[in-house]
Amino acid sequence: MTPIAPSTQGMSEATFALTLVLLLLAPLAIAGVALINTGLGRSRSAAQSLLGNLAVIAVTIIVFALIGATLAGTPGAAAHIAHLAGKPWNWLGKGPFFLSGLDSATPQTQLALLFEFLAIALAACIPWGSGADRLRLTAGCAIAAVLAATVFPLLAHWVWNGGWLSQLGLNFSLGAGFLDPGGAATIHVLGGLSALALVWITGSRKGKFPKEGFSTAMPGHNSVYALFGCLVALVGWLAWNAGGAILWLHAPLSALPVTAINTLLSASGALAATFTVTRLRFGKPDASLCANGFLAGLVASSASAAIVSPLPALFTGVVAGIVTPLLVELLELAVSIDDPSGAISVHAASGLWGLIAAGIFAPQPGQLLAQLVGIATLLGLVLPLIYLLFWVLNRFVPFRVDTDGERIGMDLHELGGGAYPEFVIHRDESYR
Amino acid sequence: MKYAGLLVMPAGFFLSIAAIVLFPAPVPRTAFVLCGLAVEALGLAVAVRGHIEARGENLL
Repeated sequence: MTPIAPSTQGMSEATFALTLVLLLLAPLAIAGVALINTGLGRSRSAAQSLLGNLAVIAVTIIVFALIGATLAGTPGAAAHIAHLAGKPWNWLGKGPFFLSGLDSATPQTQLALLFEFLAIALAACIPWGSGADRLRLTAGCAIAAVLAATVFPLLAHWVWNGGWLSQLGLNFSLGAGFLDPGGAATIHVLGGLSALALVWITGSRKGKFPKEGFSTAMPGHNSVYALFGCLVALVGWLAWNAGGAILWLHAPLSALPVTAINTLLSASGALAATFTVTRLRFGKPDASLCANGFLAGLVASSASAAIVSPLPALFTGVVAGIVTPLLVELLELAVSIDDPSGAISVHAASGLWGLIAAGIFAPQPGQLLAQLVGIATLLGLVLPLIYLLFWVLNRFVPFRVDTDGERIGMDLHELGGGAYPEFVIHRDESYR
Repeated sequence: MKYAGLLVMPAGFFLSIAAIVLFPAPVPRTAFVLCGLAVEALGLAVAVRGHIEARGENLL
């Protein structure tokens, strides 16, 4: 599918209604990710994990409304533009303060803003999962606030709201500009890179990497949560990709079934690949890695489902499904990165692969280079910026809970009660 | 070492931006964007190496 040039005409009522319904279904993707985060953590931190997802969502929504939406701007609205090398560089939005005048804004503007609210809520839940079992609730909320006020608005403006990345095609003849209709870059790579920065700063769970020998296995406490989270996320993703195609690619309604089919193909291909890889590797398929693989296929589809045709969508998912379990293992065993939810592999790596796949299989020439410039921005500018912000934030709001809190579990330490009070608490072998 | 790696990564970004501004022809433009990404990969590798060394020194 070739992206259609932005329409100057208003959105029809039918399109508006359909997009609104799709966006009202999109929070199921957030619910799915929250369930996966909780299931892949330990039982003594389950309630804190799920409450943390809710708190993170609440903080991001409020902070984005107060600060982020102004910086993100809206499509076609006024913006801060620098002129360098004879080209305009639209780098920052100039939206109204505190959402003033929103009720009289165009339907597209209102829907775009709703999409962005949901996007930052999902993006902020991703690093929360990586900090499971040692990240304090207050720190999680502070991280979410920083993302919603600074990095996400910048990316959302650059990619969706007429910023310089979206205008690479217009200014530098690079395809249709950087394309990311489902939020692979603005949501998933941002979330995955935030997870990497967080894990680097917070460190691993106590006992995860003993002084000698291999890392200690700390399996998720509830694979059912993780797998059911995938099913819930699938519904949300179908809505998210279709809604994104309408909003950011101005796709006609007739193109939406293909987008949905591509999403299904990508996720299915990824699950089949992860199932096969883990079966070959361990003798039996691994449930939590299969959940990660399925989610990786969905993440990869965020960039490409509305752009490519079905066969490339399947291929994109299969590659994501092969790479994800291998990368999860590599990060843990070779690089000593303790990422309980696998967010770095699932969201950052698969998101980057989806962006590349969209460039490879898009019909217009020059699209791959536009996608590569976007990836260079994410890795070369966004990751160091996130690390710097988190590093400073950690000085004021310490990320990591104290040793005692980690020993008794985040539920008892932060909430005063466990998620499963009637269950027998077993001795933790990792504290040997 | 981790900080050194993270400081190298923006250099790759600016190399990619310079490539699309300075080279209108597709071949050198692509080559320099790929070089920018390679610099970023190098920076990431150094940062990861720094993380592994910190683990070896039992700082994690």
